[in-house]
Amino acid sequence: MTSVNETNEPSRRAVLKAGVGGLGAAMLPSMAEPAHAAGPATAPSAVGGGAAGGIGAALKRVEGPLKVRGAATYAFEWPVENPAYLYPLLSTIASGRITAVDAGDALAEPGVIGVLTHMNAPRLAWAEEPEVAVLQSDKVAYHGQIVGAVIADSIETARYAAGLVKLEYATEPVDVDLRADRDDLRKPEHAQGFGQLPGDLMNGSPADTTVGDFAAGMASAVHRVDATYTTPVQHHNPMEPHAAVATWTDDEITLYCGSQGVSTPQELLTRAFGLQPGRLRLISPYVGGAFGSKDFSALWGTVALMGAQLVPGRPVKLAFTRQQMFTLVGHRPASIQRVQLGADAAGKLVAISHDAVQETAKAKQYAEQTVQASRSMYAAPGRRTSTRIALLDVPVPTIMRGPGEATGMFALEPAMDELAVKLGMDPIELRLRNEPETHPETGQPFSSRHLAKCFEEGARRFGWKHRDKKPRARRKDGWLIGTGVAAATYPSPRLPGSTASARLDKNGRYTVRIAAADIGTGTWTTLAQIAAEALGVPLDRVTLQIGDSAYPRASSGGFSSGMNSWGTTIYAAARALHTALDENGGSVPPEGLQVTVGMPDDPKLKQYEFGSYGAQFAEVRVHEDTGEVRVPRLLGVFDVGRVINPVTARSQLLGGMTWGLSMTLHEETAIDHRYGNFVNNDLGGYHFAANADVGSIEVHMLGERDSHINPMGSKGAGEIGIIGTAAAIANAAYDATGIRVRDLPLTLDKLLR
Amino acid sequence: MKPFAYERPVDVSSAVTTVAGRPEASFLAGGTNLVDLMKMEVLTPELLVDVRHLVSRRIETLTGGGLRIGAGVSNNELAADRRIRRRYPVLSQALLAGASYQLRNLATVGGNFLQRTRCPYFRDVTMPCNKREPGTGCAARDGHQRDLAVLGASDSCVATHPSDMAVAMAALDAVVHTVGPSGERSIQVNELYRSPADGPERDTVLERGELITAVELPASPVAATSRYRKVRDRASYAFALVSVAAALEVRDGSVTEVRLALGGVAHKPWRAATAERALLGRPATEANFRAAAEAELAAAQALAGNAFKVPLARNTIVSMLRTLTEEA
Repeated sequence: MTSVNETNEPSRRAVLKAGVGGLGAAMLPSMAEPAHAAGPATAPSAVGGGAAGGIGAALKRVEGPLKVRGAATYAFEWPVENPAYLYPLLSTIASGRITAVDAGDALAEPGVIGVLTHMNAPRLAWAEEPEVAVLQSDKVAYHGQIVGAVIADSIETARYAAGLVKLEYATEPVDVDLRADRDDLRKPEHAQGFGQLPGDLMNGSPADTTVGDFAAGMASAVHRVDATYTTPVQHHNPMEPHAAVATWTDDEITLYCGSQGVSTPQELLTRAFGLQPGRLRLISPYVGGAFGSKDFSALWGTVALMGAQLVPGRPVKLAFTRQQMFTLVGHRPASIQRVQLGADAAGKLVAISHDAVQETAKAKQYAEQTVQASRSMYAAPGRRTSTRIALLDVPVPTIMRGPGEATGMFALEPAMDELAVKLGMDPIELRLRNEPETHPETGQPFSSRHLAKCFEEGARRFGWKHRDKKPRARRKDGWLIGTGVAAATYPSPRLPGSTASARLDKNGRYTVRIAAADIGTGTWTTLAQIAAEALGVPLDRVTLQIGDSAYPRASSGGFSSGMNSWGTTIYAAARALHTALDENGGSVPPEGLQVTVGMPDDPKLKQYEFGSYGAQFAEVRVHEDTGEVRVPRLLGVFDVGRVINPVTARSQLLGGMTWGLSMTLHEETAIDHRYGNFVNNDLGGYHFAANADVGSIEVHMLGERDSHINPMGSKGAGEIGIIGTAAAIANAAYDATGIRVRDLPLTLDKLLR
Repeated sequence: MKPFAYERPVDVSSAVTTVAGRPEASFLAGGTNLVDLMKMEVLTPELLVDVRHLVSRRIETLTGGGLRIGAGVSNNELAADRRIRRRYPVLSQALLAGASYQLRNLATVGGNFLQRTRCPYFRDVTMPCNKREPGTGCAARDGHQRDLAVLGASDSCVATHPSDMAVAMAALDAVVHTVGPSGERSIQVNELYRSPADGPERDTVLERGELITAVELPASPVAATSRYRKVRDRASYAFALVSVAAALEVRDGSVTEVRLALGGVAHKPWRAATAERALLGRPATEANFRAAAEAELAAAQALAGNAFKVPLARNTIVSMLRTLTEEA
């Protein structure tokens, strides 16, 4: 129990003030902290409306009106006095060393304050993390690496002067060639948690697994599939570029920085710059899309802080250009995946194997759980998975919407479709026949798994039973028509390391603080709903405060872990506050009551397998003459546990499916094998779905509560929407044309005859 | 972007004189392409001479039935013009298939002809490119090839021309009117573009300081049933992999008039004269359409990454001629 002196509160904070009363009042920018706020009214106001507003309430995003009016402050927009601007200079070779730097012309340009290169940049106290350690040596590890930065009075001057800095290089041979037959592929290790933990793969699971006798199973199989699928490099391209505003003073160092979490980058940067804990404050109330690209790496924060260090007291602003975002903030690694399935005459799987080869950077072993879904999806006595990586002269890949499963399920689920064709069996029936009762590798029970119900519900809504049995059977106006289906799964992890505070004031208002992030997903709304439910009070009595490293530490938002991790922590804080209130005889002292509680241990986490599920249905049209692909209809039914907020959850799933469509039809970053550069590095060249590509998308949620996972009963909803979409569309394209495309994207040349 | 000066002259002749006399000067109209390239320092003019207010923004009906389009007419204005939509639908369709609504509001007809290639190696100043920097070589030929040319390319340049509008104009036998240092002249759109065999840095035959002031569309009854078909990597907002502008007249089952031009396959809007000759006077059959398309594409020189454009162009031509025949 601690009292809080309001005058010690962090300034310029982002607050969610609930209960201004009704929808109309919620539109008013009346909730800022006027005594402190340096910026515009930037705090969202909760939708009160008098309703309880707890879990399950269909509330619109509380910050929606601010965003629509342009009043929600994104990183680059924080109003600061007399800022300087930083523009990074990128390498034009993919491998080698910088041998000479001539910044003379740039420094001579009026308005230029300074030029940073590896020769003069501040030495970092901790430079082992390649995604943080900028300008620490003459080594160039990939094309488009930051090799310098110009700080100037205007953004135009900084950008122009960056072109005047002359660099000379000693180049080394470029190797960006991902092939499955390379003799230097290696088994990943220490990739867990972006390389911070010892587990082989990003999610901590082993690179390889074996259960039973795969070879014997395959030998005994009546029907077999052995096929290789490939997925290209893809880029996140959030609408908001990676931006930062840094101010370095003798006391506080402030970094406004769009980020999927404020605590992790704050800690990384504190360590990198050798700062006293707490001196650096990272603020990120709103994020204009992140999708994995603003999670771990705080590279743009590093550069902005280096610039700020150069001009103490003067804010330094930085925003990457779209082209720069292609090399500086990660990408989804390309993959080559071989799947082998063996089934008996009745369609029961007897053998499953999934071997993935992925690219990563020489600088760092990023390795995602591409084969993870094949470990849990279907029952089979003989099974194996493996993961190998090729270390190339490419930027460090990172997590991207549905990391692992998004690509992995493009291998397993088309292979299941190929097996269904061989069996002459309905592909849904094949999947239902191979539903496992417990996790096929660990034998642990699933906390909840309603995949069969997703298929049943989806088939009914989609009209699946009217499907033609053979491919290339339907055409209309020159378009071949087909339908396809695929399963979806994504784990629902709880990440460690969150703490929340809950406070009750004498006037009966509750304040919950946690350094969580809203990356556009609705966290401002949904965490407030969880807090209201946990505290047992209407939403309009709760103020939520997130997006600021001054608040209690929280894990980052990623892997569909946010609600599970932060919500569970808030529940614990609410319980502790109730206990404190009881201990105080049920009355609130004048200074209020406050508790700060870490996320509790939960033995159930080790006893169950937790995951979300879904069934994806697609209708595809392929033009007979040109091979053009259109997707007039997608339908997804998802098991994401109890739904915290049907409006924001639907939006997540809808966005995921839309991206799944985009990933299937369009998205591919081309790499030039001679120079090692990403060729189509702008939004004219990197195609994602335009409005005209997206037809009807129907989203349904079962809403079944998971009674083991967390106090809310909710499972992850952030990633599952994109999982399986590509397989459903590719399977539908096969049904339309009789052509099996195993390489993404599904461009027209692959269907042209 | 490099610093530059900006002038807004009072008449065409002073604009022409200024640009003709300054190698580092450039006309500015809509700026939708030029300003982008300046940001990337692909183009670095020291002086921009604004001509948007100097050239006509009107579309006039000519005696004899043709239209004269001022070079300052925006792409959206032209696409929406009732006369264009009725008498030259291929042009309206081509314009609407290009760019976005916002860009089309700014982009001008004159500027559209002079768009620079979208070849990624031209747009990346760190790469060799004969079109951007003569003599440095062509990085595209052995690089990312999806968008490159299959017709009329040379060893020194395999870039494609990005305009949709120009493809329709080529099919319609449009004539460009210019004012240059040596006076006024008229140039057939099909004569406007240079071969990339030598000097690929010069896209057109226009002289330094020569300004497009108008485009003339000759009267053409067959144009009233013309069509544009653009095949691209997404349903909108992408450049053509292959596009076809066509008009067809069939009488008693035989082709009596045909216009055919291709986009996305060459350094210029590619008038398919070989295919036209093969079609004219022959029965309008699927087999003849295919033979004509194949005759046009016989000269195609494809690379591994753009080889699909040859069958794609063939199929799109056949598909288009079939549609026009069915509609006739």
